[in-house]
Amino acid sequence: MAGAVSVEMPRGGFSFELCKRNAALAAAGMKPPTPVKTGTTIAGLIFKDGVVLGADTRATEGSVVADKNCAKIHYMAKNIYCCGAGTAADTEYTTLQISSELELHRLETGRKPRVGTALRMLKQHLFHYQGHIGAYLVLGGVDITGPNLYTVHAHGSTDKLPYVSMGSGSLAAMATFEDRFRPNMDVSVKTFKFGISRKSEKEAVQLVRDAIVAGIFNDLGSGSNVDICIITADKTEYIRPFDVANEKGERTGDYRYARGTTAVLETSVRKFEVTSETVTSAEPMES
Amino acid sequence: MELDFRVPTQHQVQRDWSPYSMNGGTVLALAGEDFAVIASDTRLSEGFQIYSRDYPKTYQLSDNMVLGCCGFHGDVLTVTKNIKSRIKDYEHLHRKKMSCAAVAQRLSVMLYSRRFFPYYAFNILAGLDNEGESVTVGVTNVRSSLVLPVTYYTHTHTHQGEIGLKNQSGAEEVPLSQDKAVALVQDVFSAAAERDIYTGDGLEICVITAAGVDMKRVPLRRD
Repeated sequence: MAGAVSVEMPRGGFSFELCKRNAALAAAGMKPPTPVKTGTTIAGLIFKDGVVLGADTRATEGSVVADKNCAKIHYMAKNIYCCGAGTAADTEYTTLQISSELELHRLETGRKPRVGTALRMLKQHLFHYQGHIGAYLVLGGVDITGPNLYTVHAHGSTDKLPYVSMGSGSLAAMATFEDRFRPNMDVSVKTFKFGISRKSEKEAVQLVRDAIVAGIFNDLGSGSNVDICIITADKTEYIRPFDVANEKGERTGDYRYARGTTAVLETSVRKFEVTSETVTSAEPMES
Repeated sequence: MELDFRVPTQHQVQRDWSPYSMNGGTVLALAGEDFAVIASDTRLSEGFQIYSRDYPKTYQLSDNMVLGCCGFHGDVLTVTKNIKSRIKDYEHLHRKKMSCAAVAQRLSVMLYSRRFFPYYAFNILAGLDNEGESVTVGVTNVRSSLVLPVTYYTHTHTHQGEIGLKNQSGAEEVPLSQDKAVALVQDVFSAAAERDIYTGDGLEICVITAAGVDMKRVPLRRD
């Protein structure tokens, strides 16, 4: 036993060992940095054959647009996708983690993963962290039970609804849904627009697109493009970008500095005396 | 016996209410030899909400003077209303038009009078002086109520390389033409609308010459 050291294996999950240090620093007057919360519009709905998920593509840091085209619809499984709002890193890593666990579960059971399984894994993970993981999600997919759609809040609560929205633009998106959503949007129904017959998918996709666009234009935290994901029993389509909501202004001038105008801040000249010179000729390499 | 009317409380609570808010917007001005350009976007907003897509923050004070004013909209309305009133008073009292420098000085005094409860308004005054040359005068809120006649001046975020010839050596200084100034202002605003969530919807450009003020509207992205 003498000399034996018990090495504690690192366990998975977050490390809280710096909490005490941070508390001490805060007591000494240091302001801790705050995590980045992104303004977002994400939404989804259930139609007759599956679910449609949508998201905008703007990422903000305060009042500055950090990314004009980021992906907010995350892969969970072939038949399940998840939109994320809130703290960008948290949505990214939470969905990545659960997606990995879902794949292992699929290999273990040999069955197509269910949306309910993903939901339970997500909410238990988030509840465990008591809201400190700022992930606000819209989870959607099609499994053996049919189409499923949920929202998950950072504290772990969930809702199961036929149409949902999340993020700072959720009110704009929800207003669009409340106005135009109909349950079981069917094949070849007459849409209100010009009375043209369309497939149910097209109508459902158009509605989600309009909900996201409402967020893009009316919520300052949302902007740029619309991404759409359509999941049906036999197919998943991820369209990015689905729509460019507004075009970039065209630049009229040329703002490159004229050649040779780079500012020289400092000049110094050193003189060297050449004492000897050697010239070596390089031999070509043998092929 | 003295009565104590204070409401008994368990502990003191500090309220973090603020009389100010920020309604966004960008205002910018630059001057050529015989003209001045002043422009603002037309979005009025707070937090993540848009209050109006059609509210320019340029205020015409006379036929050769325009004030750009943004910040807290309530204070913007008060400042612009008061300065217009003071200009009228001046004209009645002295029987002459108020010069650009005089308006700038009056504005500076007005802002500094609120040194310890400041107007949350950021101001740029642009116009022509009495000799017909242009001046752009920057006047900020009282924290720096400094009056400076300059050839270009911007508030919030923009571009200094093009006309200030900053960070360049030996660059040829060409007098800024009116068309180039307007084109530059448009490009600067469409760049700002790309990255600043409080700038967008539209742009109002005022070109001030001896002939008067020419207003122009250009659309900006609306997201």
